[in-house]
Amino acid sequence: MAGVNLKIDGVEIEAPVGENLMQAATRAGVRVPGLCQLDGLSVVGACRLCMVEIAGTPRPRPACATPVGESMDVHTDTPRLREHRRVLLEMLFAEGQHICAACVASGACELQNLAAELGVDHVNFTPPPTRLEMDLSHPRFGYDPSRCVLCTRCVRACAEVEGAFTWGVAGRGRETHLVADLGVPWGEAESCTSCGKCVSACPVGALFEKGTSVGERRVTRALVSTLTARRDRESHREVLK
Amino acid sequence: MSKPRVATVWLAGCSGCHMSFLDLDEWLIDLAQAVDLVYSPIADVKDFPDDVDVTLVEGAVANADNLELLLQLRERSKIVVAFGDCAVHGNVSAMRNPLGDPGELVAEAYRDAVTSLHGHLPDPENGIVPALLPRVMPAHEVVRVDAYLPGCPPSADRIRTAVEALLAGTSPELAPSQRRFG
Repeated sequence: MAGVNLKIDGVEIEAPVGENLMQAATRAGVRVPGLCQLDGLSVVGACRLCMVEIAGTPRPRPACATPVGESMDVHTDTPRLREHRRVLLEMLFAEGQHICAACVASGACELQNLAAELGVDHVNFTPPPTRLEMDLSHPRFGYDPSRCVLCTRCVRACAEVEGAFTWGVAGRGRETHLVADLGVPWGEAESCTSCGKCVSACPVGALFEKGTSVGERRVTRALVSTLTARRDRESHREVLK
Repeated sequence: MSKPRVATVWLAGCSGCHMSFLDLDEWLIDLAQAVDLVYSPIADVKDFPDDVDVTLVEGAVANADNLELLLQLRERSKIVVAFGDCAVHGNVSAMRNPLGDPGELVAEAYRDAVTSLHGHLPDPENGIVPALLPRVMPAHEVVRVDAYLPGCPPSADRIRTAVEALLAGTSPELAPSQRRFG
């Protein structure tokens, strides 16, 4: 397989062509923070938390959506990036109603973990004055748009792994929200198979299983990644036959 | 040299942060010897004193009394610490914000509720119960805050880390595991 040589935070590594900087960094033992990226799903580069600096490139680039290149000199943890990530996280907190102490996902939430990791100990922006209505129409699951960070992991898990295409995104700017089918209550979405992959993929407490209360959400994020890894292996076998 | 003057105040919160403070157990004895506790819900002092070195503020700013005390303690304290999630970002205390007009909330709880005994707040003419502000605010929206101690409540070891640093004259460096919300 064709490969390139590059440097990530001073670590020299070899990477196959087609790999992205996030994957390469992970192999080099460098953690790049991210929120929308989930192994096994396609890349959207929506959250911008994984921005890295590449020598000779004026603007930071999202590590998850940037392919490795020959002789790249990548820096993942500069003062500018740290500041950038802190502000992004603060804006994510201020865009919804994120009250960890009253959230099903507390203790298993990637937004909460990132805030602690990146040193966001308070938020300088004011959250919106209204709370969006929850969708509790599904018999097993609930959706709280005020906790959604619009990473679209659920949309991708539903389409790419389950093949149901139930979830979509509607609206613009601050009005952006998830919709089931053509904007019906989740419980009435005919395409939903109730598989729960969207709930597994959700990094926060926006999609949750009913009957769990504060801090009781169990993380089964690996489900999606395990399935896609197995699927890739199966299709590889098909090719070999 | 005189001992550092320390205060703790309880604004709109559940007092859980102060309970957590009491979880410092034996260290409280060391602390009591190292500082003068000049104002606190656990000390019977009526007015917030002058020349305080470090003030821990539990709770959000939800009513007129909270606002007055916070402005006063800022003027009289060298270092103000947002102590716990309500002071840091509003937290549970601010969950009423999206519900709108606080007058309606008071009416719902103290006038219309089936458990309401008198149909109104005690002594409404004399304003014995302080008026609610239109919106609950975190401390830093009202005054300058020098350090943040997140957690609901912050655990005793977080409080100790922060207080030890402040008494040593340095700003608290909390490890990632010590600065998680919730």
